[in-house]
Amino acid sequence: MARVIVVTSGKGGVGKTTTSAAIAMGLAKKGHKTAVIDFDVGLRNLDLIMGCERRVVYDFVNVINGEATLNQALIRDKNCNLLYILPASQTRDKDALSQEGVGKILDELKKDFKYIVCDSPAGIEKGAHLAMYFADDAFIVTNPEVSSVRDSDRMLGILSSKSRRAELNEEPIKEYLLLSRYSPDRVKLGEMLSVDDVQEILSLHLLGVIPESKSVLNASNSGMPVILDEKSDAGQAYADIVARYLGEDKPHRFIDEKKGLFGMFFGGK
Amino acid sequence: MSLDSQQNAHHSQILEFKSSTFSVPVLVLVGNDVIAIEQQLQEKIHLAPEFFKNSPLLLDLQELNKNALDIDITGLTRLIRKLDLLPIGIRGGTKKQTQHALDLGIPAHSSHNVTASSVSQAQQAPDPAPVAPAIAPATLMITHPVRSGQRIYASGDLVILAQVSAGAEILAEGNIHVYGSLRGRALAGVQGNTEARIFCSDLQAELISIAGNYKISEDLNGAVLHQPVQIYLQDHTLVIKDI
Repeated sequence: MARVIVVTSGKGGVGKTTTSAAIAMGLAKKGHKTAVIDFDVGLRNLDLIMGCERRVVYDFVNVINGEATLNQALIRDKNCNLLYILPASQTRDKDALSQEGVGKILDELKKDFKYIVCDSPAGIEKGAHLAMYFADDAFIVTNPEVSSVRDSDRMLGILSSKSRRAELNEEPIKEYLLLSRYSPDRVKLGEMLSVDDVQEILSLHLLGVIPESKSVLNASNSGMPVILDEKSDAGQAYADIVARYLGEDKPHRFIDEKKGLFGMFFGGK
Repeated sequence: MSLDSQQNAHHSQILEFKSSTFSVPVLVLVGNDVIAIEQQLQEKIHLAPEFFKNSPLLLDLQELNKNALDIDITGLTRLIRKLDLLPIGIRGGTKKQTQHALDLGIPAHSSHNVTASSVSQAQQAPDPAPVAPAIAPATLMITHPVRSGQRIYASGDLVILAQVSAGAEILAEGNIHVYGSLRGRALAGVQGNTEARIFCSDLQAELISIAGNYKISEDLNGAVLHQPVQIYLQDHTLVIKDI
């Protein structure tokens, strides 16, 4: 049975698109046919992070409007043939999305794909609402600072009251916490909330901590999801997250400032 | 083709009647002074403006008619609508009041109809059995965290077995219990019950209020923060005590 995963946060700039790209690639690399959809109509970025911006012909809105078929719009990833990207339209705005249209596309994707990752725009308006509405699982991306945590909390409230599962009184969306841009050194200095602080406020299952890392920016610039950079700490963190999501038992890393073996070898920060 | 669509029209159900029970605020009038009614309504609404905004309302005139007081239904309805409340029914009215309401598009709820004769009977009846106390509103139990931006209203007691996040709002006409961190706003006794109390196992609230008497986070003494406490009203002052 296909599962729809929404990557969401409320706040902008916390790493939703980086996370969407990384986990979609991770799931595909594990052998699951995966589609990743950019819901940020008007501010599309996912194609850049995935390095497919020069191959975009049709987009999400074209498919909703019946101007292109899903197969025409889906872009096969150059690194993994089980991964497909559905880019957002850059020339339209979020009003071009409709609940029926999104529902239809997801239903069609579900026939063919194992995982469908929805990259939510920031905010709690229409784009974000539609990205989470049909979700089975939610990855809440949070930075260790109070405003991001507060916005995530708000988004959790919306997930539990405004999603399709909530409206139909079905089993609620499974919610997972991804703490990104984490820097143990700064936590120690009291400049950042700790994992425990965030956990206490959100009381949510922690799927993984992604350390603040230069490799994320490098990966974005080169159009390669950071998970492909197996040497980087952030890449490893995402690999752990995908493994944990798929049910593997992996101990948490990157929480303490003491550098692990990898840190010593690769100078991970 | 046309036959087909006709048959379809007959066969595919596009509507359905269901029976459902709702909890609706009931406005019980005991006096007929319209000015006083308006003033007191405004005070109540002020306690929880968001809750009352466009709230449906059932008018209960039983008490009024017991005391043989009449009220102008048209004026009353206009007043209620002016305050952004939406009257959706009337009960306990006389025939004339009920008809009047019906003319205004407000249906009558028959169970408590009193006719003029039954009013006099009620007045003559020796020591009428006190109106059976309305069954205490059930306790509302919430087992999941109340997140920022969510609001929960209980017409009785409210028990929350999880945390209440900053930016969330919980309101109850009765007591509030929070068996988790209380970081949002908690308002007990919102209909004016001064006996209502708030109990919580970890006080970090943005605001606490009992029957309209409130304290904001800044006014909370550091000694009670992060403590299990109860909050109650004594001489119009909020008292916060360890438990």
